[in-house]
Amino acid sequence: MAFELTKEKQELVKEVITHYPDPRSAILPAMHIVMDERGWVGDDGCQHVAELLEVPIIYVYEALSFYTYFPKHPVGKYHIQVCHNIACNLRGSEELIEHLVNKHGIIENALTDDGLFYFNRVECLGACGNAPVMQVNDEYYEDLTLEEVDKLIEGFKKSSGNGKNN
Amino acid sequence: MALEKIVFKGIDIPGNTDLKVYEEHGGYEQWKKILKDKITPEEVIEIVKKSGLRGRGGAGFPTGLKWSFVPQNTKKEKYLLCNCDESEPGTFKDREIIEKSPHQLIEGMLIAAYAFQGGVSYIYFRGEFVKGWKICEAALAQAREAGYIGENILGSGWNHQVWTHRGAGAYICGEETALINSMEGKRGEPRIKPPFPAVEGFYKSPTIVNNVETLTAVPKILENGPEWYHQWGTERSTGTKLWSCCGHISNPGVYEVPMGYSMKKFFEEELGGVWKDRALKAVIPGGSSTPAMTPEEFFACKMDYESIAEHGSMLGSGGMIVMDDQTCLVEVAEVLAQFYHHESCGQCTPCREGTGWVHRIIQDIERGQAQPDVKNVLFTVFDEIFGNTICPLGDSIVMPIKSLMDKWPEEFDYYIKEGKSKITGKARRPKKKEMPDNWRREKPFNYPKTEDYYTDFSKTAHSN
Ligand SMILES: Cc1cc2nc3c(=O)[nH]c(=O)nc-3n(C[C@H](O)[C@H](O)[C@H](O)COP(=O)(O)O)c2cc1C
Ligand code: SF4
Ligand code: FES
Repeated sequence: MAFELTKEKQELVKEVITHYPDPRSAILPAMHIVMDERGWVGDDGCQHVAELLEVPIIYVYEALSFYTYFPKHPVGKYHIQVCHNIACNLRGSEELIEHLVNKHGIIENALTDDGLFYFNRVECLGACGNAPVMQVNDEYYEDLTLEEVDKLIEGFKKSSGNGKNN
Repeated sequence: MALEKIVFKGIDIPGNTDLKVYEEHGGYEQWKKILKDKITPEEVIEIVKKSGLRGRGGAGFPTGLKWSFVPQNTKKEKYLLCNCDESEPGTFKDREIIEKSPHQLIEGMLIAAYAFQGGVSYIYFRGEFVKGWKICEAALAQAREAGYIGENILGSGWNHQVWTHRGAGAYICGEETALINSMEGKRGEPRIKPPFPAVEGFYKSPTIVNNVETLTAVPKILENGPEWYHQWGTERSTGTKLWSCCGHISNPGVYEVPMGYSMKKFFEEELGGVWKDRALKAVIPGGSSTPAMTPEEFFACKMDYESIAEHGSMLGSGGMIVMDDQTCLVEVAEVLAQFYHHESCGQCTPCREGTGWVHRIIQDIERGQAQPDVKNVLFTVFDEIFGNTICPLGDSIVMPIKSLMDKWPEEFDYYIKEGKSKITGKARRPKKKEMPDNWRREKPFNYPKTEDYYTDFSKTAHSN
């Protein structure tokens, strides 16, 4: 099944194209709009973007394969990205990652069985003063402790109706 | 806390993301004055040149001089790109500005673009800064509404448009020519210079790339004059600098510090010294690409470009990373190596292959499986990378790691010889072994299924 943005979002893409001297510049903005809609981009997202911008699809693939921010497959309801760079490392990101794996069974680069979580490491998120930091979907969570991570994960499970307490 | 913010006072004003609040504090006055009093672009450049403002993105190039390189005898559109890619580990100062004082940045951009007669500007955000991007979008909408941006601004006949653009998780796009490629929708690969962007940049048009902090300082310099900016710092490093400080300190955060301020005083009074009453071991002063300093070097230096260079490092982007005496520096080296390995764009062989070599060799040290002469191999690889690449990312892996190996050789020697860390007493990685026959998990991980995201293009119109 081919992916399509809603009419409204398609208009938004058309509007964004006018900001630039050439439609090719709108590739990243358009992919961000696709990401907003379904959380990942993927092949059919590329195809749709290429059609909207009227650029060869290879241009879009080229970008997708370079920029790590766009997932190429579904990443669950909560996409957890933990910074493992230097400042976060100094303040305990490794323990945090171990905790996610060992206590919560959220394994790196894999969907959890319930399809809720997908977790991967990322490079510096530009919030080193509040290390350790993780990003869940669009939100930053800073100055994390293991207890806070527990609370967050429980909260996510509850709000999606899959938690044990439900 | 003794140090008050000066140029970046706006960061501490509550509600300063709103146009009204910013205007109450003298916002957009300089922009109005330029248009109303018909101050010429040359005069603006002259003021900025006199102030001695240097680029805060890392390279420290004089800002006024850069603007004056833009050729004026061309019909092409000229562009200003504001660099908010901020991905250098240890650096988080631009985020403060865009989230708390976006209008000062916008005013700075309008003035800068006017100075070299650029008609369109873009702010390039790193993709992860969703919050800052939304705040800036709202601020831009307000400024458009108020007539500071757009056609015939405030009746002066001058047109200027400002757009935002979001990157997507590539550190290398902070490099100015990679940023331009990324803005063109291409892979973020740096270009060979010359031609410099000021002459041939965005779609082959004259383009100025400036850091957020550089541009945000401009309105204040125009307001108070270049002499005012000169009251701080030294002959060659004038004004103030934002420092983002993190790691093992009591008070991490963003501080505005006059150039030439005593590092020791700053460290003790503002940062509150090393956390948990531990001793200081090493400091990377200017973002992860700069060489590490020993405590002696660190405490002896002053906070300006030249003094830090004299004491064995670089000011860079002002991202200070502090490490206490319980830090294993081999681990630090591994984390940095993996970062540069991951972020190399892959165009130049020395960088693409060299970063991988360095990363894998340090991992071998961490397994206790390194060859005895491994340090020589590393130094040879460093030599092969350094200065042999298109952009400075190659140098960036060499500088911090080589400095760690030069200044704390005993830690590396111990790890290589004993197969474990001198600090933690353990090897960080398990030894590589032969895979046992049953190495597959019984139940495979729940990877996303291919058919969930694979499109069968043979069934679409594009396949013939
Ligand atoms: C690998 C690499 C990454 C960089 N990242 C950034 C960045 O994130 N932000 C930035 O402002 N400058 C960055 N720079 C510096 C830019 O190339 C450029 O010098 C700067 O944006 C110019 O602005 P300025 O003159 O105001 O400093 C980077 C340079 C390199 C080589
Ligand atoms: S030095 Fe590295 S990052 Fe820079 S252009 Fe070469 S391969 Fe790309
Ligand atoms: S190192 Fe983790 S946010 Fe910068």
